[in-house]
Amino acid sequence: MTSKDNAPTTYRILIGKPGLDGHDRGAKVIARALRDAGFEVIYSGLHQTPEALVQTAIQEDVDGIGLSILSGAHNTLMPDVVRLLAERDADDIFVFGGGIIPDGDIPALEEAGVRAIFTPGTPTTEVIDFVQRTCDEKYGRDQG
Amino acid sequence: MRSIDDLDKRILSGDVRAAARLMRLIDDRAQRARTFLSALQPHTGSAYILGVTGNPGSGKSTLVNQLIHQFRARDQTVACIAVDPTSPFSGGAILGDRVRMQDHAGDDGVFIRSVATRGHLGGLSRSTPAMVQVMDAMGYDVVIVETVGVGQDEIEIVRLADTSLVVLVPGLGDDIQAEKAGLMEIADVFVLNKSDLPGSDRLKREVQTMLSLYRATDGDDPLPAIVQTSATGKQGLDELVAAIDDHRLALETNRPTSVRNRNRCAHLIRAIARTELDILFDQKATSKRFDDLVDDVEKGKIDPYTAAEKLTRWLTE
Repeated sequence: MTSKDNAPTTYRILIGKPGLDGHDRGAKVIARALRDAGFEVIYSGLHQTPEALVQTAIQEDVDGIGLSILSGAHNTLMPDVVRLLAERDADDIFVFGGGIIPDGDIPALEEAGVRAIFTPGTPTTEVIDFVQRTCDEKYGRDQG
Repeated sequence: MRSIDDLDKRILSGDVRAAARLMRLIDDRAQRARTFLSALQPHTGSAYILGVTGNPGSGKSTLVNQLIHQFRARDQTVACIAVDPTSPFSGGAILGDRVRMQDHAGDDGVFIRSVATRGHLGGLSRSTPAMVQVMDAMGYDVVIVETVGVGQDEIEIVRLADTSLVVLVPGLGDDIQAEKAGLMEIADVFVLNKSDLPGSDRLKREVQTMLSLYRATDGDDPLPAIVQTSATGKQGLDELVAAIDDHRLALETNRPTSVRNRNRCAHLIRAIARTELDILFDQKATSKRFDDLVDDVEKGKIDPYTAAEKLTRWLTE
């Protein structure tokens, strides 16, 4: 299909693992679920800095970044990614997150610009619905 | 994101965000990509294009990661297009080649772009040739194109690259595999990766035997070099770079830049035309008229060959 407007034919999402934790089962499950829902998913691999993830997001022209953090460093790393995107004139790339995140931390993360936080036990369909909806809104598409 | 009206100017000034956006327009076959590509065309032709192909799991991405180190150590800037397969069922893809190239995150002299095949066969995406043009216009010294993990016949890379590396690993077959057509014929350099595994020396003998037979009849091109490497163990990389340099030198002696540019132009025209044809074909082959044609064949009114002839004629209407 040829796209005539500015909206892409396929949405692209970066799944990133910032920081020191080495557990990427959750990140891989989400990457796989997004793939099966028709997204092109770039997986960063482990131990990325926020700077590296933002650079990757820009080179890959993704619509959004999903950050998986199980180390407890989410209060620093997630807002860092949001801030660096803004500094690179790329704040149209939305950020969402998942992992071991205490409920009490979520309001502050959302305040810092993280669009959604998914904690353990979230069905993958919920994550996909969020990503699909957020991408559609970004390009002013009606929700089907 | 700002307006995209001046993408070409921003790309020429080195703006990675703009280049990344144009690559996506190309991948999406957006009409707008065309104008920008035309504007970039005069600025292309100076990048050295290195193709890396081979079986899935042969270590292509890890090898590319090491090659980027080698080129960066010589102060060359490097762009890389890494192709991974698209799911035929969902249309989605997991693009994971970057995982092996993390060493270069944060280096502004390296631009890596992951691309999905989106149903295209041949080892590349339809968009790859035009994406190479964008990276070339940005002034990258070397553009590395890593194909999907290929079988025997996905050899489109050879039309695009100045130098093609074919990455082989031990244990995938006996010497008759080495005699087969396709992949084994396109190498400018054979890279025998994972040479720390048993069987690497035997693989080397098999490739040598194969080369001694059929390349004897070939023209001016030098025999492909054979280099044993271990990309994870960082073995054989200096030899590999030397072999790549030798091929480049031979190429520049035997085939002047003008000839190579001409070949590349020809390939680009074919790739663009084929994409246009694909789009047109998809339209025609899903039309109401096409349904009627299927009805006719189903009912035995006409045979499939006549029907296909009609479909082909619609393409030029």
